[in-house]
Amino acid sequence: MTPRFAPGVRLQEDKARGRWIVMAPERMFIPDEIALEVLRLVDGARDEAAIIATLAEKFAAPVDVISVDVRVMLEDLRDKGALVHD
Amino acid sequence: MIDAPLALLAELTHRCPLRCPYCSNPTELTRASGELGTEEWARVFAEAAALGCLQIHLSGGEPTVRRDIVEIVAAARTAGLYTNLITAGVLLDAALMARLVEAGLDHVQLSVQDADEAGAERIGGMKGAQAKKRAAAALVKQAGLPLTLNAVVHRQNLHNLPRLIEIALEWGAGRLEVAHVQYYGWALANRAALLPNRALLDEATRIVQAARAAHRGRLVIDYVVPDYHAARPKACMGGWGRRFLAVSPAGNILPCHAAESITGMVFANVRDTSLAKAWLGSDAFNIFRGTAWMPKPCQGCENAERDWGGCRCQAFALTGDAANTDPACALSPHHAMLAEAVAEAGAAEFRYREFSSDRPRARPG
Repeated sequence: MTPRFAPGVRLQEDKARGRWIVMAPERMFIPDEIALEVLRLVDGARDEAAIIATLAEKFAAPVDVISVDVRVMLEDLRDKGALVHD
Repeated sequence: MIDAPLALLAELTHRCPLRCPYCSNPTELTRASGELGTEEWARVFAEAAALGCLQIHLSGGEPTVRRDIVEIVAAARTAGLYTNLITAGVLLDAALMARLVEAGLDHVQLSVQDADEAGAERIGGMKGAQAKKRAAAALVKQAGLPLTLNAVVHRQNLHNLPRLIEIALEWGAGRLEVAHVQYYGWALANRAALLPNRALLDEATRIVQAARAAHRGRLVIDYVVPDYHAARPKACMGGWGRRFLAVSPAGNILPCHAAESITGMVFANVRDTSLAKAWLGSDAFNIFRGTAWMPKPCQGCENAERDWGGCRCQAFALTGDAANTDPACALSPHHAMLAEAVAEAGAAEFRYREFSSDRPRARPG
């Protein structure tokens, strides 16, 4: 499964407040640190496995530990309408 | 400590092919020759982003009457702003849509005046508008952009509310705003023709609630109620100078798009003042910021930081003093005016929006 941002949803830097925000039509929400790491890898090209592998390498953590976290996170972002899965 | 604003409303022009009798533009409209240029808007967008704005609403009048609308959208995206186009849709074609998408447009809000064609074209004052709006909605969806439909509702179209909800679904909108008319400017001049009675309002509220439940997961419905039937005023703009600022076609920096209706108020202009300076230091923003300015019964009221005293423009329009408590509040000494206006409503004819020199004049002799 390859996650991508839903139409009209994107990650945007909020420089004035020193954070990143997920902007959506007439609403916005603030991702926590883990969600932000995942969202930065969502480009419509990387599939779930590639995102997990990239994060496992970055944080020098076992793939099976990371994969549970990432899957829960992607599911949550899809429930919020921020992501869709191809 | 003054928080940074979250959103900028850029009123690019007052020109519009429609003539809606509840238009939120001031009754004295700015002509094309008085509008800010492309480069000026680009600078305003950069200043807004630096000040903390995350989102921009490109509005008007009709923003697509501007020949530089594509450059304006691109400038907003270059500044890093989430870019929302608020349009009547009647000037949108496939070529313009493609260029707007290329420029980075994020979202489109399309207005609809009524569900049936005859009603829509009478209220908007433009023949052929409804078919063009339907086509515009299709273009937005084909472009892969999210679509919000904005339906301003009042006594002359509320009977079609169920059909308006169906149209939102048919046209592919993910959001529908059902917004009762707010009464200042043109809408106040047409209040007797627009204001619904209590039974109509209650029926509309019931229909919206039922539709929300029926279309959950498919259509989000936002609902703005008319405060003439309320006991508590609306927290206008989320509080004066707290989250939001607007720039008029001529460059005036406003705490609210209707603030120019308050006579005697002086506004800084983007041609000689930065947005940051106006936001932080101008009288227009500071005069009604916070709670210290509030008269009784707002002063010391437990709702003071919930509704911020209501709407300043409405307080001015109805009582002549913008510093009064909004008459929409049941605690206002002027509250009875609203019930009187509801009782008097019943006119059928509109006074359409127009530029002042276009008004018919009495002929000599």
